Amino acid sequence: MATSEAERVIEAAWRLERPRVVAGLTRLVRDLAAAEDLAHDALVAALQQWPTQGIPRNPGAWLMAAGKRRAIDALRRRTRCARKHEELARDLEAGRPDDVSDIEAAMDDDIGDDLLRLLFTACHPVLSTDARTALTLRLLGGLTTDEIARAFLVPEPTIAQRIVRAKRTLARAKVPFEVPRGPERDSRLSSVLEVIYLVFNEGYSATAGGDWVRPALCGEALRLGRVLAELAPGEPEVHGLVALMELQSSRLRARVGTSGEAVRLLEQDRARWDQLLIGRGLAALRRAERRGGEPGPYQLQAAIAACHARARLPGDSDWALVARLYARLIDLTGSPIVRLNHAVAVGMAEGPAAGLALVDALMSEGELVSYHYAPSVRGDLLEKLGRAAEARAEFDRAAGLTRNAREHDLLVARARACATGTAGPRRPVPRAE
Amino acid sequence: MRFMVMVKATKDSEAGVMPSEQLLTEMGRYNEELVKAGVLLAGEGLHPSSRGVRVRFSGQQRTVIDGPFAETKELVAGFWLLQVRSKEEVIEWVRRCPNPFDGESEIEIRQVFEADDFGEALTPELRAQEERLRLSSRGERG
Repeated sequence: MATSEAERVIEAAWRLERPRVVAGLTRLVRDLAAAEDLAHDALVAALQQWPTQGIPRNPGAWLMAAGKRRAIDALRRRTRCARKHEELARDLEAGRPDDVSDIEAAMDDDIGDDLLRLLFTACHPVLSTDARTALTLRLLGGLTTDEIARAFLVPEPTIAQRIVRAKRTLARAKVPFEVPRGPERDSRLSSVLEVIYLVFNEGYSATAGGDWVRPALCGEALRLGRVLAELAPGEPEVHGLVALMELQSSRLRARVGTSGEAVRLLEQDRARWDQLLIGRGLAALRRAERRGGEPGPYQLQAAIAACHARARLPGDSDWALVARLYARLIDLTGSPIVRLNHAVAVGMAEGPAAGLALVDALMSEGELVSYHYAPSVRGDLLEKLGRAAEARAEFDRAAGLTRNAREHDLLVARARACATGTAGPRRPVPRAE
Repeated sequence: MRFMVMVKATKDSEAGVMPSEQLLTEMGRYNEELVKAGVLLAGEGLHPSSRGVRVRFSGQQRTVIDGPFAETKELVAGFWLLQVRSKEEVIEWVRRCPNPFDGESEIEIRQVFEADDFGEALTPELRAQEERLRLSSRGERG
């Protein structure tokens, strides 16, 4: 086999296996940084041996075995912290790491749990949200630091530093490598879901820069969500999050117009929505609902997205139901952004005046003053009520607040349309997504 | 990116020979791996072409032709739709697939077009047409 071809195969196998290998080794050596080093050593061994000896039948098991052998070697060398480690080394050897089929079986037993442990560790609340996100993408997503840096529009050394510090923080805090149980589990799980959804949103609606979507991040978040749904199938909110991401992804194609401009939900050509993803999203939502209990925030958001996904035309969405679902979401989160979305839904269900009253109440409380979507919604409702001059001022204000170049253009165009009275057919209300 | 991974037909699959229990087990395990890795979007097995039909187009004419069809190796016996990060990754997944039949068989990997891929093929005229369609449907909703 040509070396370059072998290298390509190794790289592909490595990307697939890395999270599992690092997870498995972390359980053995109880140290994330050390496990990553061992895994890397295994990769180097693969690069040396596979081109000449051929690709093993189970590359993952091979890499795991190679990593384990190195773990044992390292433990042996560190004889000064002798006894405990020797015992561990004996345990490891008892598993005969040379015998690939044994390890394969052992991996089958534990690997799911190890991955789950790794995910919970990477999303530990002792870390900042930025650190959790970077670490999760690095460890579970298998992204390089460079890829993460490009996705989040920060310099590569910043991400590298962030990851190094995060691992140090975990070691210093002696965070155990485990899936939390009892009451802690719920809050830790929300932290995991939050990180995944944050990655998704970063891709879905870039907060800065010229790209409206960076679908690669959406794909990565979806993959993590689908993996998690297999690892923790009993958690309704996991299915709720997956449903939400599948349904939102189904609209990715329709969100960008022919000249690259943003297209809001109600203006989207629904024929371009991805029916396969809609089907998957609705199925995931049913799985969440089957688990019973009071729906959590992700499930509620997925249920809202499902209202739109099921409607062939924007007017067909059950806006009264959407408004009721948002009202429940307000009870759970109290988020001003959710209240704003609720106002939009009420505006659709009961008319613009009712929506405007809710937006005005929200803004009089001093909420969302620097969030561009608030004046944009207000402008829209005012426009519908025929108050063009006020609407224009709101669109201008919104344009000044957004950090997204294409969104800025859209808002400026709407302000201009109000000014010249060329708004034509009334623009539907945009909805934050 | 998405790939359509197609299992090509064989004499056996065309003859309607059902897979052995062992193969079914192995395939089940493989499918489970795909699901666990979050890459499997869809996948199905297809009946032999004897139960298939072709519609042939010639200008404005349409002719319906009943199966079976002769060129066995060109027929599709089943497919997966996988979402992965690279072509190398999908190849690695397919390499891990159990041989779908006894003896020789082949699996073909084809990339699915994404919106961006149309690039130049989406001419200004087509873009304009799409734009018009969007505007008119917007008008209807008024």
